[in-house]
Amino acid sequence: MASTDIFVVLIITLPLAGFLLNGIMGLSSRSFREKKGFIGLVSNLAVFIPFGLSLLLFFNMTSGSEPVFVHLFNWISVGSFGVDIAYQVDQLSILMTMVVTGVGAFIHMYSIGYMKHDPGFWKFFAYLNLFIFAMLNLVLADNLLLLFLGWEGVGLCSYLLIGFWYEEMANSSAAKKAFIYNRIGDFAFLIGLFLIFKYTGTLNITEVLQSLEAMPHEVKVAVGLLFFVGATGKSAQIPLFVWLPDAMAGPTPVSALIHAATMVTSGIYLISRMSAFYVQVPEVMIVIAAVGALTAIMAATIALTQYDIKRVLAYSTVSQLGYMFLALGAGGFTAAMFHVVTHAFFKACLFLGSGSVIHTMEHAEHELHEEGKDVHFDPQDMRYMGGLRKYMPSTYKTFMISTLAIAGIPPLAGFFSKDEILVMAFNSGLGEHAGALYMALWVIGMVTALLTALYMFRLTLRTFHGSFKLPQVFDEAKGSEQYLHESPSSMTIPLWVLAVAALVGGFIGVPNFIASTFTHEAAHINLLHDWLHTVTAGHKIVLSHATEWLLMAISIGVAVGGMILGYKLFNKDRGEASDESLAERFGVMYEIWSEKYNLDEIYEGYISRPLVRFSDRVLATFDMKVLDGTVNAVGGITRLFGSLFRYLQTGVTSNYALALVVGVIIVLSLLMI
Amino acid sequence: MDTLLNICIYLPLLGIAGILLFRNNETAVKGVSLLFTTATFLLSLPLILNFDPAAANSIHYLTEGAPVLEGLDVKYLVGLDGLSLLLFMLTTLLGPIVVLSSWDSISKYLPGYYAMLLLLQTASLGVFASLDLIIFYIFFELSLIPMYFLIGIWGGKDRIHATVKFFVYTLVGSLIMLVGLIYLGYDAGAAIEGYSFTSDWRFLSSGAYQIGLVEQTYLFLSFALAFSIKVPLFPFHTWLPWAHTEAPTAGSVVLASILLKMGTYGLLRVCLPLFPNAFLEFAPLMATLAVIGIIYGALVAMVQKDVKKLVAYSSVSHLGFVVLGLFAFTSISIQGALLQMVNHGLSTGALFLIVGMIYDRRHTRMIEDFGGISKVMPVFATFFMISTLASIGLPGLNGFIGEFLILNGTFYSDMFNTEVFVILGASGVILAAVYMLWMYQRVMFGPIKHEVNKKLNDLNAREVGLLIPLVIFMVWIGIRPVDFTQYSEKQVNQLIQTSTEKRAAVIRQARQEKLPGWAHSLYDVKKQMAQNEKVLNQPGWDEARSLLQHPAAVTRSQTTNKSTR
Repeated sequence: MASTDIFVVLIITLPLAGFLLNGIMGLSSRSFREKKGFIGLVSNLAVFIPFGLSLLLFFNMTSGSEPVFVHLFNWISVGSFGVDIAYQVDQLSILMTMVVTGVGAFIHMYSIGYMKHDPGFWKFFAYLNLFIFAMLNLVLADNLLLLFLGWEGVGLCSYLLIGFWYEEMANSSAAKKAFIYNRIGDFAFLIGLFLIFKYTGTLNITEVLQSLEAMPHEVKVAVGLLFFVGATGKSAQIPLFVWLPDAMAGPTPVSALIHAATMVTSGIYLISRMSAFYVQVPEVMIVIAAVGALTAIMAATIALTQYDIKRVLAYSTVSQLGYMFLALGAGGFTAAMFHVVTHAFFKACLFLGSGSVIHTMEHAEHELHEEGKDVHFDPQDMRYMGGLRKYMPSTYKTFMISTLAIAGIPPLAGFFSKDEILVMAFNSGLGEHAGALYMALWVIGMVTALLTALYMFRLTLRTFHGSFKLPQVFDEAKGSEQYLHESPSSMTIPLWVLAVAALVGGFIGVPNFIASTFTHEAAHINLLHDWLHTVTAGHKIVLSHATEWLLMAISIGVAVGGMILGYKLFNKDRGEASDESLAERFGVMYEIWSEKYNLDEIYEGYISRPLVRFSDRVLATFDMKVLDGTVNAVGGITRLFGSLFRYLQTGVTSNYALALVVGVIIVLSLLMI
Repeated sequence: MDTLLNICIYLPLLGIAGILLFRNNETAVKGVSLLFTTATFLLSLPLILNFDPAAANSIHYLTEGAPVLEGLDVKYLVGLDGLSLLLFMLTTLLGPIVVLSSWDSISKYLPGYYAMLLLLQTASLGVFASLDLIIFYIFFELSLIPMYFLIGIWGGKDRIHATVKFFVYTLVGSLIMLVGLIYLGYDAGAAIEGYSFTSDWRFLSSGAYQIGLVEQTYLFLSFALAFSIKVPLFPFHTWLPWAHTEAPTAGSVVLASILLKMGTYGLLRVCLPLFPNAFLEFAPLMATLAVIGIIYGALVAMVQKDVKKLVAYSSVSHLGFVVLGLFAFTSISIQGALLQMVNHGLSTGALFLIVGMIYDRRHTRMIEDFGGISKVMPVFATFFMISTLASIGLPGLNGFIGEFLILNGTFYSDMFNTEVFVILGASGVILAAVYMLWMYQRVMFGPIKHEVNKKLNDLNAREVGLLIPLVIFMVWIGIRPVDFTQYSEKQVNQLIQTSTEKRAAVIRQARQEKLPGWAHSLYDVKKQMAQNEKVLNQPGWDEARSLLQHPAAVTRSQTTNKSTR
């Protein structure tokens, strides 16, 4: 085996080994579960080593490197159908591998402190390792079926981790909801796989992309839409995004890793991976862009009205994923991947920061209970927070950096990636296909950018600025400030690592026009574009430098405008008053937003509950009464005849002989006619 | 090796003698049963290890007896081939597992109980190994008797109703099949020099023997009805929830894992190769019933309050996939169906064991009596979760491979000219997640609602020991299904080819003869011809194509008009 092969095998199998070791040992031995230092070390190494190895692989590659295929063994081989357990290392998959293992590694590290007192410590780390294993299968797979294995595997881990604290029924309901909504998407994905196999005879990604002409155009459209429906499940888009906010029931590191940085971007990865296919179906691209943009603005409006800090971040994630789909639909596959990367940095940092806040709020509640005070509050509700920057400076600073990054303030990471997405949307607006629609989507994207800055500053300012609200809400909680503290360094180090990445991560994708304006020739300062140009297709930018500068100026203006607006509204420590003024200004709209457009109620009331009622009252009754009843009736009739015929059996031989003769006469006469 | 196969089939019977010998010592009875079933399993291992999937003749370890009567070619004929090998192995594997599962839970008439389990084992092994249809029929019927007693004596409170329904319902089907079988035997016997009757599957399924369209229709219906009741295919399934809920754990496991498979196995073994024209023409109907079963079974399972009943209805749903795969008539879907029979045996078998374990502790199977069990029984929770995931078809475990191959093969098939079956069938994948996870949640998660549940003991070593082999195979099949499908690959392809050729020959014959009106409208000759062309046009089948153009020498001229005057 070449060294690349060994590296890839190790990258994939170490997390699996970590899962098996901690899982099996923890399940079988009670004393093992208490060895938290060892468990934490094993599972951290199982991700940090693959991270190191993927960096090594990365530095040995160039943007022109041919993909390396690592074939392990034949998986399924039946009739004309065959797929292998085989991995593909190219510029796109190594990028995702670094994000997954890198962000994953620091979230593992953070979790040691965060989960320190949890009795399910061993199980938590086993699941996290399993997640990394499944996610790596998803991004490295060389065929769509192995990708699907990873795809459902991450869904399973998501299920297990959302419902990690299963004694609370609501948590396991959220977990089940996530799994089922994902399954709806997976159903579409499966049908897409069947179609591809029917027309191309293979599921190997490279081969599929080479034999696209074997598919008639309408089949391509169908496959494109089906995969996209799969993506709306996993990556939480309209109409399937409702599971993601509920998924916040899981421990916060899970929200950071799975529900912000990695798993939820799988749909974007899938479509980027298939970019050569998607550019051939522009009508599907329009749908993707439109759904993405609508999801972005819809989720942003909801985020503005929520009080649970994790829910705000969850809706923010849905909204940012919408941006990524907008980019995909506008032909900006690289732009979408760029936003995947930067979003992984700043959103993971925001979630871990919120975890740090929740940790300290829980601690305060716990200490108050120790004092004998009967104070109960939701440690995730921003209405009890405020002024935390004094007590947790590292959390505050990193949170603020990430807020600036997501809001799109230059030169932080989110600025460059979001700007590129909007440029791509505008660019498609000038294209031949549905230009006006793309222009409208660009406007929606701009409005969403404003909203993003607004809701993020609302969140940050209400949490960290102003005065601490808890003692103001509860008289008994007077003096609870003393319990607020910064988190331990195992938690703050990952925060800083991610914050630095959010600070400088955007420089991998600085637009080329900035340099070429000054040098007057084609410049290559956009590292990410150079890196991905061989693997992702996409639309060319047709804009002039002047237009690009103008667009950049607009997007800076919008971000800064949103920031200033947020400051004016929420930095005066007005507490509820500031939200009330928002509610007044937007009226009915605000109510719709805070009710989350009632999507959950619609799905519950019009689909799931009627289906259960129908199955229970109609089908189950039909089964017992009609089907089984018929069987019983047939049996009953037979018995009835049996009891009637019993009287014919008189036991008198002459009667039988008579019957025999009559029978013979009847038969003979029938034959003669 | 052929002796070894016979030893494996009859060793459990010998065990019954052992049980009778020690019938007064309970531990000895259990020990003897475990010993004999374990020995059967160990002795069956060489059968799979020595099985050569590439061999020219796919039938291995053949034992051929002399015809029982002069002129009647009914003989003792057993062997294993690509269609039966895995099901045979599944049966020997489950032998010791069901014995162990009853260890502490059965106390009434102990020797009788274990004797019935062992008799059931021999009957099941016999069904899968026999290659003479009369012998097949005898074993098929023999399996009813021990199950009748297992449910009727050791079952729950409605056991009498359940067992009578099970027995009479399946018997009615079998008797109709017997009529068909006798007709078939005489019809085929006439084609061989010196015999008036034959039930040798090798001859019946070969290209040398064809059945006219009209007889095929009647015969197909008589066999397919018996097998459909056994599967059970919607709407013949209502005996199943009764039998499953009332049967003792071991009975449910054998019923789900092995007895139901006799139905789908029969469809594949008998209906497909013997009645290929009828098989094709009835495929849309059977696929419709299968897909209704998938969705209907899932929806009814969803609203069950009794865990065991829920798992029983899930079987209706899962076996719908198998039937769909068989009638899609592609190499991929048929092999998927074969594998899914084994998969269902493993995961549903495990689920019934699991329900039995919790029943032994609480003497209830009602979902509402549980809740929060994960907290007190973490090991149980893990096995339950793995089996649940296997059952809902999570990739990496066995169920996914089977479902994927079936659906993919069916999508690829041109039997139906529509994708509706696959799309509706695949929606069963969503519904499976709904009903299984909802049940799991209500049983295992949340706070512990009932005080008694706080003191439940987690699984003991025996219980873990009987689940581990099942889990190993769930993972093994999920990751390396090639190790299992390699046995069926060659034979399934041959089966498809031979059946297609036979179909072509029968149709050629039929075009020259006058069909009764109903048969004329039932059999779309054009469609059947087109179907043959499609199958035979696949690469590598040139030889078969030439056969289609030049009528084979051995085509029988009688048939079509004989029975309809």
